Amino acid sequence: MTTQADISAEIALLAEEYASAGVVETGVRLDYPPYRSSLLRHPTKRPVQVDPEGVEPWSPVFGERDVGPLEADLTIQRGGEPVGERMKVAGRVLDGDGRPVRRQLVEVWQANAAGRYIHQRDQHPAPLDPNFIGMGRCLTDDDGGYEFTTIKPGPYPWRNHHNAWRPAHIHFSLFGTDFTQRLVTQMYFPGDPLFALDPIYQSIVDPRARARLVATYDHDLTEAEWCTGYRWDIVLTGSAATPLEEEE
Amino acid sequence: MTSPQTPGQTVGPFFAFGLEYDGDSALVPPGSPGAIRLHGRVLDGAGEPVPDALLELWQADADGLVVQRSGSLRRDGYTFTGWGRAATDRTGTYSFTTLSPGVTRPGSTQHGDPPFFAITVFARGLLDRLFTRAYLPGHPHDELLASLDEERRATLLARADDHGFVFDIRLQADDQGEGETVFLSHSGTQD
Repeated sequence: MTTQADISAEIALLAEEYASAGVVETGVRLDYPPYRSSLLRHPTKRPVQVDPEGVEPWSPVFGERDVGPLEADLTIQRGGEPVGERMKVAGRVLDGDGRPVRRQLVEVWQANAAGRYIHQRDQHPAPLDPNFIGMGRCLTDDDGGYEFTTIKPGPYPWRNHHNAWRPAHIHFSLFGTDFTQRLVTQMYFPGDPLFALDPIYQSIVDPRARARLVATYDHDLTEAEWCTGYRWDIVLTGSAATPLEEEE
Repeated sequence: MTSPQTPGQTVGPFFAFGLEYDGDSALVPPGSPGAIRLHGRVLDGAGEPVPDALLELWQADADGLVVQRSGSLRRDGYTFTGWGRAATDRTGTYSFTTLSPGVTRPGSTQHGDPPFFAITVFARGLLDRLFTRAYLPGHPHDELLASLDEERRATLLARADDHGFVFDIRLQADDQGEGETVFLSHSGTQD
């Protein structure tokens, strides 16, 4: 049986190789053997670079018809209060040139405070919360801003290796102004003791790039007698579009 | 000024309740005028089906025009938005009901740009999204297709069947180094 010590040794070896190679990586590796499920699911050939064509320099449009204003509050979906640490998560969605991504869809999903997902394949013996589903949506505002109200998810066990635990995280799904900017990622919480042990987090081998997935505790977002606040900005790839798109 | 981009992470195994929704894969109602099916399987490096993948489809309308209309998340049955989402089932099969995209920007080149379905792939075990194109058969004049050898080119060609098109996606080559779908990066995106 593969142990955490085995996985940690693999992670450490890949980290050393990266540090001594001297080539900076900014993204996530697709081929990262400590995450066992990636072994047969990563492409072996380099992507072919193309100029965006046809629909690719554009994104689908989402609007008021798609997303209701209450969908950004994950604590009011079942009539009662979910158990856990109530918090706000807020930030901005920017493109690679620092421009706000306006009026675009943000989707989130997460485990409950006990680390349990509403999914039939998650059968670990932590309680489901009858007052918590764990999915939310919003549209960014004119400044690229988003804000969700939710509860802090718990860490949860998985079967990558014996006694494997994922750090607490919220899944984020983001669109830009171009199809080519599509991003699905995970937001983490500062200081999580599971970071060093987690092959999914460590699959971003550059420590500074990895840190971009960690939210910051923000006392200005925290509300007295109500909830804590975390801030997390998201930067998509550059847009290939010309400034003409501003007229849309 | 460029800011460092936020890295991707896998969708993991539990995306169903977060990303799937009623009508996600039906860009038009099945059986409506012009409706076709785009379907296929997602396979791993051993040729085994991937039952926990999610595909997103983004395409032009039947006239080859880029659609900029909302309503993909709450479909009214009449508005074509050009975008949809389909998870694979336990056999690794996905299926969209949609329209056949027209030739984009007619007249922009001698032959027009050949129509394709732009597809994004997500899966448990796949650490970042992948982009590809499913080209409709019968439009040979394309810069990307022309740049690939025959084995690789074939992975980007959808095949016609009785109800529309079949397009399989193989995430990883077999042990002969063949069959892997051509995935794309885009100039201008640092990808």
